[in-house]
Formats: sequence, C-alpha cells, structure tokens
Amino acid sequence: MSDATTFEEHQEVADRPPKKNMHPRLRELLFGLRRFVSNPLSVVGLVIIFFFAVVAIFAPLIAPPKNPANPYMMPHTGWETTPSPPSAAHPLGTLQQQYDILYGIVWGTRSAFAIGVAVVLANLIVGIILGVLAGYFGGAFDEIIMRITDVFFAIPFLIMAMALVVVIGRGLKAVVLVLIILNWPQYTRIIRSEILVIRDREFVQAARASGASHLRIMFQHIIPNSIYSVLILASLSVGVTVLNAAALSFLGLGSDTGYSDWGQMVSTARNWIVGPAGARLAYWYVVFIPGFAIALFVLGWNLLGDAARDVFDPKQRRK
Amino acid sequence: MNLISYIVRRLLLMILVLFGVTLIVFSTMMLLPPGMRVAAYVRSEKVTQEQMDSMIRKYGMNDPAPVQYVRWLGNILQGNFGYSSTAQEPVADAFKQYFPVTLELVLYTVPLIIFVGIWLGTIGAVHKDEPADHATRVFAIVGYSLPTFWLGLLLMMLLYGLLDIFPPGLLGNKLNDLINSPAYHEYTGVLTLDAILNWRWDVFFDALYHLFLPVFNLMLIQSATIMRLTRSSMLESLGQDYIRTALAKGVSRKIIIRRHARRNALLPVVTISGVLFATLMGGAVITETIFNRPGIGLWVARAAVLLDVPAVMFNALFLGVVFVAVNLVVDLIYAYVDPRIRLA
Repeated sequence: MSDATTFEEHQEVADRPPKKNMHPRLRELLFGLRRFVSNPLSVVGLVIIFFFAVVAIFAPLIAPPKNPANPYMMPHTGWETTPSPPSAAHPLGTLQQQYDILYGIVWGTRSAFAIGVAVVLANLIVGIILGVLAGYFGGAFDEIIMRITDVFFAIPFLIMAMALVVVIGRGLKAVVLVLIILNWPQYTRIIRSEILVIRDREFVQAARASGASHLRIMFQHIIPNSIYSVLILASLSVGVTVLNAAALSFLGLGSDTGYSDWGQMVSTARNWIVGPAGARLAYWYVVFIPGFAIALFVLGWNLLGDAARDVFDPKQRRK
Repeated sequence: MNLISYIVRRLLLMILVLFGVTLIVFSTMMLLPPGMRVAAYVRSEKVTQEQMDSMIRKYGMNDPAPVQYVRWLGNILQGNFGYSSTAQEPVADAFKQYFPVTLELVLYTVPLIIFVGIWLGTIGAVHKDEPADHATRVFAIVGYSLPTFWLGLLLMMLLYGLLDIFPPGLLGNKLNDLINSPAYHEYTGVLTLDAILNWRWDVFFDALYHLFLPVFNLMLIQSATIMRLTRSSMLESLGQDYIRTALAKGVSRKIIIRRHARRNALLPVVTISGVLFATLMGGAVITETIFNRPGIGLWVARAAVLLDVPAVMFNALFLGVVFVAVNLVVDLIYAYVDPRIRLA
C-alpha cells in the first residue's frame, strides 16, 4: 500500500512549482519526523532509548571495569551470599555474592542493545532476502518457503527456544542464535505479502517493459516500496526480542552468574522476594532494579515502534 | 469454494505442518551426540558407560538420519516417549501428572484475558482520542513491555512477602495432605474440578486462592494484545457504511456498538484467542516457575536446565500439535462465521 502514497507524492511534486521540488523520499521523511515529534509518547520512547544509548556508550566511564579484558563480568567483593543494600560503595546495592548492581545495569545495557540489534538485523536480512525472492519469483520456491514458515508458526516459541538452547549449549550467544532461527519467518511473510501486491502494479510493469533487469526492478522499485512494513515490525521486535532473551536468561539458559545481563540478574532475585521477619521488603533492590531496567528498555523500544508505525504506515496516518 | 473443500484443504495442510513440526523437533534432537539421545530409552538413573554404548548400538543411534527419523516417529506414534530424568518416570506418566495443572491455569486465564481485552478495546475505540482511550493504550503498551517474570516476582514480593497473602504453590499444606489421602479421589487432576466432584469446597476455594496471582499476572500482560486488536478492529468497523445507515435509522448508540460494530470487529479476535490458548500452554513456563505450580511449564523449565532432553522434546512436540489443532479449529470457526473467507 505504501507505494500508492509515494506514487501520489510523485505526481503532487510534479504538479508543484519548482521551489518546493524536494526529493519525494526526503519530503516523506520530514513529514514523518514532524508527526513523530508531535506525539508525546514517541518522544518519551526516544528519550528512554537515548538515555540507554548514552549509558551503553559511556559504560567504561560510568562503571570502570576492574578487569578491562573482560568488562562484562560484574566485579564482586567477597562471597557473602546475602545481598547488601544501597550504600556509598554500591549505589544500587549488590546481588547475592556481592555483585554490584549498578555495574551490572550499566554493562547490561550494552548486552541488551547487542541482543536486540543483532537478532533484529539478522532477521531483517534473512527475512527480506527470502521474502523478496519468494514474492517476486513465486512458483515452487515460494511454495516451499511459505510452507516452512507455516511450520515455524506452528511451533511453540518459548519451549522450542528452550529446546534449541539446550541442544546448542547454554549461553547468551546461543540465545541470540536461537531467537534469530525462530523469528525470521515473520519478516519473510510480511514482506512477501507486500511484494505480491506491488509486483503487478503499473510502475513495475512499466519498468519491466522498458527492459529493466530483475535485480534493478527489485532494488529500485520493489524493495523501497515494500520495506516499510518490515521496518515497522523490526522496530516493534527489538523490545520483544530483549524480553524473550531475558526470559531465557531468567530460566537459567542464558549467561553465567556474574555476567552483566539483566535477565540473568533477575534470575537470582527469586531467592530474595521475602526478607527477614520485621523487614519483609529488605531485598527489594535485588528484585526491583534489574527487572525495572528491562521493562524501561523494552517500553522505550515499544513506544518507538508504535511511533514508527504511525509515521510509516500510510493506512494509519492519512486518516 | 464450498465449506467441505475448504475443510479438506485445511486438513491436508495440517498434516503437512505436523510433519514439518516433527521434522524440526527431530532435527533439533539430532544435533545432540548419540549418548545424550539414547537417554530417551533409558528407564533408570543408574546406567554404566558400557550399557550406554550397547544401547547406542541397539537403538541404532548411529544409523542414517532418515532411518532414525522413521524409527523415532514410530515410537512416538506408539506412545513411547522415553524417560524423563527430572520427573524420574517415563515422559508419558509425568505428562499425565503435570498436564492438568497447566490446563487448569490456562482455562481460567484465557476467558479472563479475552473478556478484559475486548472490554478495554471497546472502550478505547468508542472513546477514541479521549482520556479513556489514552489510559487503555498506556495500559496496553506498559503491559506489553513488562517482563512476565518480573511482574510475577514483584506481585509475590508485595502480596506474599509483605502482606503474607496469596502464597505460591497449588494448595495450602493441610489441604495438600488431604488430597493425597485415600479419602480424596482424584478424577481429573484439575484441582478445582476434582474438589467439586469430591464435594470439598474448602479445597475448591483454596485452589482458587492459589490460582489468583498467577492468573492475574498472566492477564495483566496478555490482555494487551487482545485489547489492541479489538480497538483497531472496532475502529475499522465503526467507520463502515452500515454503521452510518444504522445511525441514520435511529438505532441507539449502545445497540450499534454492541450488535453492529462489535460482532464484526470480533472476527480477528477469534483467531488471536486460539493462538493465545496455545501460546499460554507453553508460555506458562515462566508463571509456573515463579508461582511454583508443578505443571508442564515448570517441568520443562527444570528439564531444560538439567538437560533432560526427552522431556523438553516431548513438550515441544506436544505443544506444536496443540497449536496446529487449535489453529485448525479456529480456521473452521472463522470460515463458518465469516463467509468471505471460504468464498475467497
């Protein structure tokens, strides 16, 4: 559907006096940005992600690693099993075995970005390649790819992810790989269905009639006009991906104890939901802080994803 | 195309998908070394290396993959799923024990999620861009973003930890002893149902009491999906010509919303509700782990950490089958209520 807009835009631009003759895609972008800024929720999302990005970039300054060769391991002072509350030495307190929570949150930001971006980028690449080939050429290849996605849609996500991690071997890398393996079909399906609509439009036929090669038609005409739907999916997926990775870590299938990974940090919190008599909430910081980081990060991405949908989806915005 | 040929086509597709699911589960298993795969045939904890090697030979764990696949599928079809080391009994027996616990959780949760989701979604659509709409949207996006396990832990910390209400588990200690005593007959394994059949209302209410927090936890997070879908679908149907016609005829607002708009808007919700049921069967992993409910989710979570491969694979396969079956049912209902689908 997005092509309809750009097509109209082309005509509109052609009809306008030359001084407004901006490239239509640039104009689209400006229009989108204006819409984006006018929505307070999108701005909140942007601020949250910007904040986390700053924390991730300046992690070495905010929480200087004791061992620069392996900065993702949280430093811990002693083996005392009981967490200690926030203090001058540990502004956010410590987990069991005295892992510093602040350090874990700061470096965990990098882990979260890495997980989200790695999974979504890989899925975009695989999804777009398979979806474009299946949609554009159709035939047996299309049929095979679509039946494979059917199967993937039928397998229970979390259990299959657990099964795969068990087989590949625990760890954050395994979690990322598994999320890539299980998520690409969504992207493939969406871009394929967009391409089916665009494939037979007049402007593609015109390109074909004028002798453009398959590659040129794909890259010049089809992908630019069908990519928005997957970009929206991608922006909405970062949050979900981080949530799923955190869930797997929480279940003990992710990183080892002490690694700066929010999900792993929450998993130890299960032992500390009830404090000693008289101070039942004594260990609130162990339960609350790492999970709050996950929730805020995911919320930021979801707000951005929602905004991206409002901005890019012509069906939503022309109303 | 008529309904019969639609059903036939769907059934054929279902068989194809089921075949694919078994293939994926089998391939996943084949990534493991033979020694770990043979565990599916081991029926006790004490097995020496020599016994292991002879079993690897006996069960042909080094045969070509297609041969092993056929043999594995044959075993499955005969109900031989192997031995679960975490449950310390054959997978099939363990499943019979754990499944009702999960089923009970899901059966209470799904209707509630659908009800709350549709209710809030309707409010959002009818009061579009008013405060009520904004409030439900914020609820949805926050619900969407909260990690299930974190919300569960917070609820436990505040309610169980601080106020000492809504304890984890299935039942209080006293009643737990009671249901394991010979005086109490276990009919289905679904606690609340068994309680009624035994006419023990104390068990019934205690089971509900223990169900409250897990159900509430899942509801807060999962109703967002249904809510968003209902809202957008309601907005679409409220913009249709027949709604304007009804308005022009002087039909009351309430009836238009309930009868004209919502009935049509709920079509896509039917689909997602089926998916929800199937997802929750597997998604209960986290909730069962946190609230210490011994269902298939908790079993799989423990099995995954302890590398109990037969248990994990069986549940992946089982939930895949549930998913496919539920989707078929949903598609058939859909085709029945929406003629456009089968005529397309």
